[in-house]
Amino acid sequence: MSYYLLIDFGSTFTKLTAVDTALEDIIGTASHFTTVDQDIRIGYHKALENLYNEIGRQIKFDQVIACSSAAGGLKMAAIGLVEELTVEAAKRVCLGAGAKIDLIFSHHLTKREAKELITQKIDIILLAGGADGGNTECVLFNAKLLGEMNVKIPIVYAGNKTCQDEIEDIFKKYNLDGYICDNVMPRINVLNVKCAREKIREIFLQKIIVAKGIKKIEAEIDEVVLPTPEAVLYAAELLSKGYLHEPGLGDIVIVDIGGATTDLYSICNASNRSDVIIHGLEEPFAKRTVEGDLGMRYSAPGIIKALTKEEIQFINQEKGVDIVNEVAFRYQNVSSLPENPHDEFIDQLLAEMCAYRAMHRHVGRVEEVFTPMGMIYNQIGKDLTDIEYVIGTGGVVINSKIPTAILAKTTNILHNHSELRPIHPHFMLDFKYILAAMGLLSQKEPLLALKIMKKYMKIL
Amino acid sequence: MKSIVIGVIGADVHAVGNKIIEYTLENAGYTVINIGVLSSQEDFINAAIETDAKLIMVSSLYGHGEIDCRGMRDKCIESGIGDILLYVGGNIVVGKQNFEEVKERFYKMGFNRVYPPGTPIDKALSDISEDLGE
Repeated sequence: MSYYLLIDFGSTFTKLTAVDTALEDIIGTASHFTTVDQDIRIGYHKALENLYNEIGRQIKFDQVIACSSAAGGLKMAAIGLVEELTVEAAKRVCLGAGAKIDLIFSHHLTKREAKELITQKIDIILLAGGADGGNTECVLFNAKLLGEMNVKIPIVYAGNKTCQDEIEDIFKKYNLDGYICDNVMPRINVLNVKCAREKIREIFLQKIIVAKGIKKIEAEIDEVVLPTPEAVLYAAELLSKGYLHEPGLGDIVIVDIGGATTDLYSICNASNRSDVIIHGLEEPFAKRTVEGDLGMRYSAPGIIKALTKEEIQFINQEKGVDIVNEVAFRYQNVSSLPENPHDEFIDQLLAEMCAYRAMHRHVGRVEEVFTPMGMIYNQIGKDLTDIEYVIGTGGVVINSKIPTAILAKTTNILHNHSELRPIHPHFMLDFKYILAAMGLLSQKEPLLALKIMKKYMKIL
Repeated sequence: MKSIVIGVIGADVHAVGNKIIEYTLENAGYTVINIGVLSSQEDFINAAIETDAKLIMVSSLYGHGEIDCRGMRDKCIESGIGDILLYVGGNIVVGKQNFEEVKERFYKMGFNRVYPPGTPIDKALSDISEDLGE
């Protein structure tokens, strides 16, 4: 018998989840504002106090592990050669590693772009370019430019294998903090995430959390093991696949709507159909996309920006609101919570728009092509039509009075048959907000994490 | 050995010849990047950039090759690989036309080699080694 304490240091809240392995259950959850600006331990202690109060006694935990997205999370830049190929591969690796991509560059870097890496305070750079045996000129140019511009940010090189040695020489010559990994796209349209993703996590744990003042907490807990979004991705994959004799839920989608981003996770094959031809870069089985311009507070203006004037007018007339003002208020008051039915109504509306648009960007498309050999289906991206469950998480979804209305926006409500959205999924809610914690637990006790998740995902 | 990008352009799904070309070129020692059927001009060009290919070999078997290939050289130039060799072959135009005229039209479009219907891929091998200097 043992007790686990799982901590999620979020940008706003530090969330604690206590698990008793003998009971195979959660014995308490608690949270407090994250205090990374002063000292991350203050918020943790307050949250711990709240937890002990909830449980009714103090507990000596056998293992205390944490994930973190505090202090801006993990900010990355993805650099590649061609936008649809190595740039896209680099982006997917960053997202799969739980990062937020703040800068994306293709082809030859410019000095202006290299400067941006510094001014935007990027935590880690992923430098890709060229399939193995392919183009080396561009990526060598880019590595050299990073050296000449004295960019002292950790650089993970995951481009063409052929010039690994030359890249290493450039790293040494300019005294750069560089690391060599396997190519993210060794062959055209083949995606290879593993090596670069592990290296990113390693750097995050060794350097980034030190720089952000998160590492201090390790004086009191065992360790910080993952960036939070990566923990959620592990939880999602486990919940979908199952573990040993314990079956999973099958193909799932998770919608996480936060203040600054809307994250979508889909856990399924790119397609189960034999009558389609799939194009483009290979799709990961566990795919995460992050929309940095869709969120409830910090990124609320992005929702409006994505709308036309006519659409704004339509919403205002249809719903009897002034959506532009409402969004501006939320952007200026990021810690505001709904106080009355009107506020709730607006938050609900914004969340629905985030869910709809985030899925629009995440989901694959199919195109009917008339050929002399008959109708052919040409697919780009992931086919989510057979998804069994769409699971909602994030404060606005969990606290919504009608979460199904938000989650339903991921399905094909506008009957656009080119988008391969879920058709008839069941809806579920992570009502205890435990996905990240269970992703953490899955690193130690996968079977237990799976059982707890299945117990606490509420069918709507 | 140098890299060659091959594929079938446009709304064309003829996959058999495409596999034969891949097999033959690989046996001849080339690194073959086969982007398969239903490929756009951009798919060919993107693959050529990433793999540093010296030659793009476009197949078209359904008669629409002329429309599908138009502007491809310009896009190569725009993409920074203006010097790349472009070959095309198959049933590249509609109906029975004088192939010498067809060739001329494709040369004008910027293709370096144009092959009539029924050309075995082995025949192109000597052209490839001559053009690539191998």
